[in-house]
Formats: sequence, structure tokens, C-alpha cells
Amino acid sequence: MTKLLDLPQANYVLPGNRACAGCGIGIGLRQITAALDGKAVMAVPASCLTVFGGMYPTSSVAVPWVNVAFPSTAAAAAGLAAGLRAMGRADEMTVLAMAGDGGTGDIGIQALSGAAERNDDFIYLCYDNEAYMNTGTQRSGLTPHGARTTTTWAGKRENPKDLPRIMEAHGIPYVASTSAVYPTDVYDKVARARDMHRLRYIHMNTPCPSGWTFEPKDTVRIGELAVECGIVVLYEVVEGAFRLTGRSAALANRNKALTPVAEYVATQGRFRAMTEETTAEVQAWVDGRWAGYVARHAAGR
Amino acid sequence: MTTSVITGNDAAATAAKLARVQVIAAYPITPQSPVVEVLSDWVASGELPAEFVNVESEHSALTVCIAASTVGARVFTATSANGLAYMTEQVWWAAGARLPIVMCIANRAMAAPWNVLNDQQDSMSVRDAGWVQLYCRDNQEILDTTLQAYRIAERLNVPVMVCYDGFLLSHTVMPVDVPTPEQADLFLPPRTDPLQVVDPADPRNIGPVTLADPRADGAGVLRPGYMELRSLHHGALLDALEVIPEVDAEYAAVTGRAWGGLTWEYLLDDADVAVVAAGSLTTQLTLAVEALRAEGVRAGVLGIRSYRPFPVAAVRERLAGKRLAVVFDKALSYGVEGPIAGDLKAALQPLGGEAPVVFGCICGLGGRDVSPDDLAAATRRAVADLSGPRDRAPDWINLQPQGIPQPQGDPR
Repeated sequence: MTKLLDLPQANYVLPGNRACAGCGIGIGLRQITAALDGKAVMAVPASCLTVFGGMYPTSSVAVPWVNVAFPSTAAAAAGLAAGLRAMGRADEMTVLAMAGDGGTGDIGIQALSGAAERNDDFIYLCYDNEAYMNTGTQRSGLTPHGARTTTTWAGKRENPKDLPRIMEAHGIPYVASTSAVYPTDVYDKVARARDMHRLRYIHMNTPCPSGWTFEPKDTVRIGELAVECGIVVLYEVVEGAFRLTGRSAALANRNKALTPVAEYVATQGRFRAMTEETTAEVQAWVDGRWAGYVARHAAGR
Repeated sequence: MTTSVITGNDAAATAAKLARVQVIAAYPITPQSPVVEVLSDWVASGELPAEFVNVESEHSALTVCIAASTVGARVFTATSANGLAYMTEQVWWAAGARLPIVMCIANRAMAAPWNVLNDQQDSMSVRDAGWVQLYCRDNQEILDTTLQAYRIAERLNVPVMVCYDGFLLSHTVMPVDVPTPEQADLFLPPRTDPLQVVDPADPRNIGPVTLADPRADGAGVLRPGYMELRSLHHGALLDALEVIPEVDAEYAAVTGRAWGGLTWEYLLDDADVAVVAAGSLTTQLTLAVEALRAEGVRAGVLGIRSYRPFPVAAVRERLAGKRLAVVFDKALSYGVEGPIAGDLKAALQPLGGEAPVVFGCICGLGGRDVSPDDLAAATRRAVADLSGPRDRAPDWINLQPQGIPQPQGDPR
């Protein structure tokens, strides 16, 4: 595992981007682009990342970037890969699709499932900030149970879709779950994906101060707490071999107790209306999932 | 040049092969499916060295073409009806991104209710999306126009839709002269550098949020706003009015065949009644016109080959001084009239007293049979209606009465 001080100094995310203060995308994107050494072409649909990238004729990211329609991200990445192959340029760059949770799990899932079934040659990275943040915090299929959004005022009643598991079911060579607030975990997973071929899926939890309602200075703390609680689990599945990584591996290996979900819920305004009963339901859901991950970690698959 | 007896779909696929397309993506829909079945076979056998992406929807089919075209590949897809409607978002994207994509449309009626047969409602519904739209009257024209479409698209950086009537052409065999690969290469050289740059050594953000007003780049140079980009796009479509005939002439120089560029005509010079349509209907109109002439009606055909851009100057020049123009639309702008009829009226309006009266007809919807006799009869009715009001409602050809009890055992 790469040490924090060993991360490359090259920076493809330029100063002066249009992200909100404390946005988790910037932390993650720095490591993603560094792991690819800037040799990538990004396919980006309508999302917070579009705003991050800047307005014509300026750009905040020094990596080729193609804006694409909301439902089309994975098909666009497949087209970029096919076009580069047809032009004899496939070795020049990695194709990186990067979309939000709604763009991936809701409107984009058909194209993504098609690309995964064909096992097209690109990395798909979903940055999951757990709602439609760019349009003003509307519920997505990945919004957590209990979270208030502008379309679930009383708190969302359903658990989020487990997208990495859906992607795993497609039998693709690489599936990983990471968090933007762990730069080395992000870097290592993108670097590993870079050296593989066919469809590689990385799910990156990305705390959002404005949508989750916490102070911009707390982005990293909140992201870490999600991992301590087992709400976000760091892992990778390489050709079917499962292992926990980073802090999640440490928690499992040392058999440490998870921090109660109630502590995480208390840090964010979006959970203000959550009842004790809902919190208990989420805790039970988290515990069940965590036990499954720990068992898979032990079994190695 | 060899002569093959092939369907319209085969003609389209053959043209794509002759164009040496590099990326193909398509999703099956009747009556387009055979185009991509044939191409898939050629790619699998190595006869056509291209990437073939078996996508999960039409939206993704055009998306793959958009992305591959962005990095410089020559691309091809084809669809029909609801498939075109499903990719509508990307139809606009392809045009707005100024990509020289060629897409064949085997024209089919829109659901609901389901109907797999021909009319032109599908492509007419996206006439405003910023594509060039060319309509073909037979299988030879499908092959030739598809090849020409790449030349037009790549000169102007706009996508081109090659439209041909489903089943009537797509599944009907006709003798087609197929150019040799050498002839095709002579006419259509490889695609030159694309507008877009995808290069890590020169990173660009392609198609980002663009404000309405112009904005300076990092070097202080003012770049177009959204409205300037739209004006440039409109300009490219207007330039197509010159480029389409030029490309037709270039094609004729190599193959000996020309299609008239923007419009096509038959016995129009001395006619005082013009019959106007797009697609295979114009072939039937030649028979109707011959029948009418035998009765002493001086009729002639004006075929619309380029519907977008609409050949305003050409139709004005060809129809000035005529008594009547009868337009046969296989599509409808609900609550108004047929799309070609409406466009023709607008185009002719500045002629004032020199403009013919324009009467519209709606025909062939959902594959309703329309014969040369029907077309001649409708033209006769239109001539008779000249004595009536000039705002005549569209004449629905062969519209049948409803609610009439049928004899027992009638298969209908």
C-alpha cells in the first residue's frame, strides 16, 4: 500500500475550480488523475463534476475531458475506447468514466450494465455523494435510509442500492469500494485498475458538506466516521478474490467494534429528523452487511 | 463497378463498408435490423476491419458513435421509428457537438399503437435537431447517398441522416451498381483531423457548460457563447445548400451517377401543376404524372432530396409561375398539416403572385398503401379545388369510413 508521503506530487487538478467549499470530489480526483499520470480521457455526464470542471473556454482539470449526456456515461466510455482502438491510439490513455450516484445507479445503470456485460475496456468510477447534489439534493437510489432530501422531507424510507454488488454480479475483473477521504486507498485502487483491462468499477464515497449539512472543514472527519461505523466499507474484488483494504481491513483484522451509527447520524443535518427506531433499523442493516464483508474477507472471495 | 440485386438495407450496409467505417454501433429494430446484421457479419469475417459495439439500446448506439467520432473515427449507425425517438437526446448531442456522424433511417411509423410499416414521421420529428436530412427514392440512391453523406458530414462537421422508406425500400430488392473500393476511396478519402482534440499532451474540456454570452479564454481571447455557437451551426446547415450539390457532382465525376443535389424532378419544366414529395413516393409520382399528362393535365414531379437544409431558393426558382403545387406528406405536424407542405408554403410566400397555390395531402401513414392511381386522383381533386378557398385542409388519401358492420367471415 502506498504511503501518504509517497503519493506523486504531480497535480492535474488545477487551483480555482468551481467546487463547493469542502467538496470531497477534489480530494478524490487529485488521486485518481495522479494514479493515471494524467494519461486519461474522462467521460463526464451532467453532475457536480461538470461544475467542478469549469465553463467554456476554461478548464480546471489538466486531463482530456469529454462531457456526455446524463444516461450515456458508460456507453460514451465504450465509444471512446472503441474509437481510440480503431485509431490505433488505445495505448496512449486510459478511458475513465466518472459519474455521480444518480448518474450511475439510476439514469445511467442501463448503459453501465450493457458495458459491463460486454466487458468493455475502461474504468468506471462512481463518486457517491448520496443524492442529486448538483440539482439541489434530491433523493437518488443511493441515498441512505433516513436522510432528508428535497424530495424526501421526512427522510428516505429505503436502503440504498448496493451498486458495487450489482457490478460484481456482472463478472467484471475488478470491483472496488473506496472513500475520497482516504487518498492512498483511492490512489492504490485506481493504480491497480489502470494496470488491468476490460471493465473496472470503483465506487468512491464522497462526503458533501452542502447536501449532508455539515461544516466544510469536517469532510475528512465525516468520511472517516462512515468507515468507522461500517456504513462505508473499503474493499476490492480482483478476479473474484475479495479483501478488505485500509481502515476497514484494520477494523476486521483487529476484531474492533464498529462505532455506533447513531454517532455518525448526529454529525449531519440531513439526519436531523431520524427517529431512534430508524437509526436502529440502519444499525441492524449495517451490522448484517459488515458481518458479510468480514466473512468474505476471511474466505478471500 | 458491379451490379448486385440487393435490398435497401444491403445498399446502406454496402455503402458503410465502402466508406471504410471504423466504428459501428447499433441496436435492432424492424425494419433497420438487416443493415447491422450484415455489417456485423462483415466485421466478424474480417471483410470490414471495424470495431462493432453491440449496445443495449439505441441511446447507447448513438452515444458510442458520438464518442468514437469525437476521437476521430468514422462511424455508422442505423435505426427506425421508436429507436430514433429513444436516441433523440443524442440526436441533438451529435449535432450540437458538430460530429460528422452518418445514420441511416429506415423510415417507420411511430407508436402508439404499434406499427412496423412505413411512413416518415420518425425522421420528420427530429428535423429541427441540426442534422442534414437526405431522403432516397430507390436502393441505388441509398447506396450513393450514404457514401455522399460522409463527404458532406466531414466537410461541414455536421451529422447526416440518410432516410429511406421502411420495407418499400429497406426490404425490396433492386439492381444496384456498386462502386469499386478504388472508386469509393477516390471519392471519399479518409477522415481528416477532427474538430475535437483528445490528447493528454494538450488536455481540453470538450463540450463543457457554455454561457449565453462570449467569454475570454486563459489567453484573453474572446470565445463564442452558446448563441454564437448556435448561429455557426445554422450557418453550416446553410452551407450545406452549396455542399450537397457539389458533393453530388464530385460523385458523378467518379461513378457517372448524379442525384440532383437538393431536389430532383421529372417533367417539371413545362408543368403548371407540380407534385411534391420526399422518398420512394416520388417514384410513384412519376407514374401519376404520366397518367395525368395523358389526360391533358400538365403535371411534373419535384422531389425533395434534402429536407434539411430545406432547399428554399431551389423550390422558389423551380415552382415560380406554376399554377398549383400538391404536396404529399407521409408525416404530420398534428394540429397543423404535413411538414413538407408547411415548409413549402413558407418558402414560396415571398414570390407573391408568382407563387403557386399549395395544397397538402396526407398519405401512407402506418404503411397504408398508396398507388400511382391514388396520387393521380388526389392531384385531380386538388386541381378541381383551385376554384375553392386557398386554405384547403389537407386531403387524407384513402381515409376509410369507420363503424360500418362488416360481413361475417371478413378477415378484416
